[in-house]
Amino acid sequence: MCLALPARIIELRENESAVVDLGGVRKEISLALVVGAEVGDYVIVHAGYALSKLDTGEAEATLRLFAELGEARADTGNVP
Amino acid sequence: MKYVDEFRDGKLAQNIARTIAREASTGRSYRFMEFCGGHTHAISRYGVADFLPANVRMIHGPGCPVCVLPVGRIDLAIGLALERGVTLCSYGDPLRVPASGGLSLLKARARGGDIRMVYSASDALSIARANPEREMVFLAIGFETTTPPTALLIKQARAEGRNNLSVLCNHVLTPSAIMHILQSPEVREYGTVPLDGFIGPAHVSAVIGSRPYEHFAREYRKPVVISGFEPLDVMQSILMLIRQINDGRAEVENEFSRAVTREGNRKAQALVAEVFELRRTFEWRGLGEVPYSALKIRAEYAAFDAEHRFGLRNTPVPDNPACECGAILRGARKPADCKLFGAACTPENPMGSCMVSSEGACAAHYAYGRFKDAEIVAA
Ligand code: SF4
Repeated sequence: MCLALPARIIELRENESAVVDLGGVRKEISLALVVGAEVGDYVIVHAGYALSKLDTGEAEATLRLFAELGEARADTGNVP
Repeated sequence: MKYVDEFRDGKLAQNIARTIAREASTGRSYRFMEFCGGHTHAISRYGVADFLPANVRMIHGPGCPVCVLPVGRIDLAIGLALERGVTLCSYGDPLRVPASGGLSLLKARARGGDIRMVYSASDALSIARANPEREMVFLAIGFETTTPPTALLIKQARAEGRNNLSVLCNHVLTPSAIMHILQSPEVREYGTVPLDGFIGPAHVSAVIGSRPYEHFAREYRKPVVISGFEPLDVMQSILMLIRQINDGRAEVENEFSRAVTREGNRKAQALVAEVFELRRTFEWRGLGEVPYSALKIRAEYAAFDAEHRFGLRNTPVPDNPACECGAILRGARKPADCKLFGAACTPENPMGSCMVSSEGACAAHYAYGRFKDAEIVAA
């Protein structure tokens, strides 16, 4: 029940609804629980409701961190 | 898919795995509980445990909303549908949970109960609007993620003067459940479940923020790392926990910073506070009665509270004695320890709640892990 993926808002609708794109699948969801979501934003959707906006800057920073782990390993020459 | 595929990258997984192996080679062992069923699912599906050195072990926690719903509550819902003639709306997963007398909501439907599956809480409102002559009850279950939509449903129902809709509320709270595990005899007295730290929930934390975990990280000296649901998120969080242990720290850290802040979603929190209040105690499957661990509908909204409207009384019902779900939810047993696992109990024909939802420990292990066990036995 808790599995949910980040979805991109492609259209705002009436009554705090929006259409999102989930890897090619379109779905109408509710934005009633988030503040200031716009077309193009990514949101975490759970049982039909956006629970939070996805901070793309933070997402990139996390991915950079993963990549740096690999570099740190190369620096120390500690390759198993 | 953007912001999904990158977090499943196999090469990066190798990077993190090597770093874990290096930093965990301290001669000690590390045992972490992933509270959420979402993490249990990710760990099983992507074989995260295979990337971990032998001294780092993951223990499944009780964070699967379907798994912790006690039999007595489903019996109440079935009773409403079969004896009181209400239309019962439920999310999909609870429909197959075994209840008393060999029934489940699905089987009750086959006996003529008007039981409908909904994808979101607002669908329940649409059904109530479309059938004004029918009495409609929404079986609300879940942690802090599904609670705000239920709050919205109740507020909307009141705003439009709906008099044929009420909610059977089973919403439970994550922080109190974690606290309960830390106080359980298995952890504190017997040491049969030694826990060094927690992988904290992803979407629950998007709603409640990271702050609620700070108290018990301090109090119980257990590190918590809030983690996204993708495999790299989980691995990175395991690494962060290992680092905390190695440094002698017990803090709340946030790996899922792309969706979780310290404060969480204030709008959702305000809605929940307006409609719900704490229950003094609530029964959890596997954990028993847990004080202040669930929500009930406030008196102002009593007209929309199915317990009030139908005068329902909760009767605790013992679980199937052969089912080990209880011990599994407390982290004391593993799915393969259960004699029924994979034989009498399968996802098609679940005997216990842990086999129902894909986030349940038994279902996740059945789908992704059981062949690995078989190989180990053969070798
Ligand atoms: S395998 Fe089935 S019966 Fe055994 S613990 Fe899991 S859910 Fe219960």
